[in-house]
Amino acid sequence: MTSIEPVILLSAVLFTIGAVGVLTRRNALMIFMSVELMLNAANLAFVAFAQQWGNLDGQLFVFFVMAVAAAEVAVGLALIVAIFRTKHSTDVDELSQLRG
Amino acid sequence: MSVEFFLFLLVAAVAVVAALGLLLSRNAIYAAMFLILNMASVAVIYLLLNAPFIAAVQVAVYAGAIMVLFVFVIMLLGAEKLNPADTKLALKWQRPLSIVLGMALFLLLGAVILTRLGGAVAAKMIDTSPLAIGKALFTTYLLPFEVVSVLLLAAVVGAVVLTKKS
Repeated sequence: MTSIEPVILLSAVLFTIGAVGVLTRRNALMIFMSVELMLNAANLAFVAFAQQWGNLDGQLFVFFVMAVAAAEVAVGLALIVAIFRTKHSTDVDELSQLRG
Repeated sequence: MSVEFFLFLLVAAVAVVAALGLLLSRNAIYAAMFLILNMASVAVIYLLLNAPFIAAVQVAVYAGAIMVLFVFVIMLLGAEKLNPADTKLALKWQRPLSIVLGMALFLLLGAVILTRLGGAVAAKMIDTSPLAIGKALFTTYLLPFEVVSVLLLAAVVGAVVLTKKS
């Protein structure tokens, strides 16, 4: 690639779709998957900037983002399973009280 | 238009369509499959951006491990058919507002990208082999690496504690 601008634009498109998904969907799993899409878009921007500046650091950041995303998914899905046990639903609108 | 750019446009179109499929699908399993398609196409773009190792990790860790966890939980909970409540929002104005906010976010990002970016890609090709990445990971980024390993351990313990039946 001779120019990274199209890649950054694609990253912006994917990030926006993920953000709209987080705002519109009510299912906790769908919100989670939209967050993953946003993280992916950020990773894409990191790799593109690493390519532009001829620097490896951007690519290394992607590894840390992936590791943190894996940790987030493990805990988040465990939370969803725990909530599903008591509420029998993954709808975030029903989670309106702190009492379990 | 070079072959590389044409390939990028093709894969970018697949990525955007897959992301829209994730946004619009009514079935959580279909949404997960769309997300896997999106991650695979982003991996191809990593290859175009001279990041072969990241592309491999993207397919193995993201599209492999993380999405398997998602599909596993969706099937475990039997939540693949989304609630009718998911289509009927509690707040009527939420969907139009979120679309307006999404457009605003995209216009802002696009304006910044089109005005502030620029300049050619660095002429020198960086060494992005697993060897170079491993060296940087275990010298310059040793402390973050260890912190991330502790974070992953905490996440594993947290997941076990949260799902354990008391």
